[in-house]
Amino acid sequence: MSTAPMPVAVNTFREAVRDRVLYNLVFFALLMIGAAILVGQISIGIDRLVIINLGLSAISVFGLVMAIFIGVGLVSKEIEKRTLYSLLAQPVRRWEFLVGKYAGLVLTLVVNTSFMTLGLAAALFYVGRPFVRSDALILVAVYFILLELALVTAIALFFSCFSTPMLSTLFTLGIYVTGIFASDIREFGDLTKSPGLKALTRVIYYLVPNFHNFNAIAAVSHGEAIPLALVAQNTLYAALYVTLLLVAASAVFSRRNLK
Amino acid sequence: MSTPAIEILGLTKDYPVGFWRKTMRRSLDHLSLQVEDGEVFGFLGPNGAGKTTTLKLLTGLIFPTAGTARVRGRSIDDVAMHREIGFLPEQPYFYDYLTARELLDYYGHFGTLSKTARRERVTQLLERVGLASAADVQLRKYSKGMLQRTGIAQAILRDPKVVFLDEPMSGLDPVGRREVRDIILELKKEGKTVFFSTHILSDAEMLCDRVAVLAGGKLQGVGAPGEIMSVEVHAMDILFELPPGGSLPASLAGRVTPIGGRCRMEVPEAELYAALEQLRRCEARILSVSPVRPTLEDYFLRMVGERQTASRGVEVAVR
Repeated sequence: MSTAPMPVAVNTFREAVRDRVLYNLVFFALLMIGAAILVGQISIGIDRLVIINLGLSAISVFGLVMAIFIGVGLVSKEIEKRTLYSLLAQPVRRWEFLVGKYAGLVLTLVVNTSFMTLGLAAALFYVGRPFVRSDALILVAVYFILLELALVTAIALFFSCFSTPMLSTLFTLGIYVTGIFASDIREFGDLTKSPGLKALTRVIYYLVPNFHNFNAIAAVSHGEAIPLALVAQNTLYAALYVTLLLVAASAVFSRRNLK
Repeated sequence: MSTPAIEILGLTKDYPVGFWRKTMRRSLDHLSLQVEDGEVFGFLGPNGAGKTTTLKLLTGLIFPTAGTARVRGRSIDDVAMHREIGFLPEQPYFYDYLTARELLDYYGHFGTLSKTARRERVTQLLERVGLASAADVQLRKYSKGMLQRTGIAQAILRDPKVVFLDEPMSGLDPVGRREVRDIILELKKEGKTVFFSTHILSDAEMLCDRVAVLAGGKLQGVGAPGEIMSVEVHAMDILFELPPGGSLPASLAGRVTPIGGRCRMEVPEAELYAALEQLRRCEARILSVSPVRPTLEDYFLRMVGERQTASRGVEVAVR
């Protein structure tokens, strides 16, 4: 088993920390404090629901912004700044570099999301202590958000291997938005009478990751249980897509000329 | 017979250019050469000659259109080849949020060094390149010379047998250049093979066992600096003073360059005595007569001049 991705991952995490990427936690904390104080005054009986909804949505949005904007620069920034030249002259295979960069950003997202989850827990504790049993479901929703972020990071990394950061951002965002509406797009195709359009929407449905499946925010905020089968299905689904994307990214990057 | 340190066989690199990327620009054209173990080899050429392209091909950063190369018998496609080499890119740029110690420690992870051995090696290298006192300062605060020294330290971190240096003296002040020269000489003493590109010819003359001259992506010549210089036509340099009110005959006047109160004149070796006779008649005082030793620079400039068109690259249409 190759150990080369490990130092690359640690260095990617260190870069995020030193570039003050985790400062977004301050904004999240302010948002949670503001929401906790405000919700207590304007909502009666649904303050927990509002806080969970707002908190999980903010965790998702903050994470997505990080995954996309850092993800699209994972490789292209190294090429542009030429930091890759001396690194790839070391005995490091290109796929090891990619896996390391990917793992480093996912680690950053996990740490960031963990802190935000603690912030959400603190806000919930403030508006309606003590915790109730259904609050544990928040962790499942957070886990789904992390799976979603891992998938988005892999998409961003894939585009980062051959495209500019601007185009990679557009492509990644495009796929993410399409992925959220994947089921609707398929349904639209089924409703039309055009076989060509129907085939096209089917291809899009199967090709683009279905991000809608990872959204458990509404269910969790209403205290609905998440089936274990869905947890297993989402985990496998994300793992498969991430693996495919990393393999594709490695295939593209392994023959790329670093001019 | 021992395996050459570097063996380049018909290495060629074309880059697609233009909007549709259907036209190819040849950066390197069937380069073949061999560098022996323990040699300091200079790779000379003007900007755009293909020096950096060659180094990038040898270090696996780009891939050849045709041809191949081996470093200590290992193909450049083989990741194990990277254990044998160290590389300093041109104008190196490193992770500026790291300190020099952290950067070297990071790169040290990719070798076979244990944690303790890695730390010792990093400390020793930082002292060797004169960065011990700035070892824990972030690289974003480093000067260009300090970055270059960091680059050299990372290139020799794993004690490689072959060291590739792309313009190692570029942008350095005289002290920095001297330090880099000393490091290259130390590497030679340690039996390493050093392959470096440069356009500072005095450095190449001073350091290299052999040099290769590249222009327009094509190899123009390979040999010891002395051998390359000996192909030039010799001339003689005469330094003299004219008496007060003295003047030169028209045949000489056009060839003289005044320097302060003195005059300098360069004449072909065959015309030396005739020129001296004419100067004697003018009652000129001869201060010195010395052969014009052609330099590598002369050779270089002549080659480049001849290949001016070729140096802009050869365009080859894709079939």
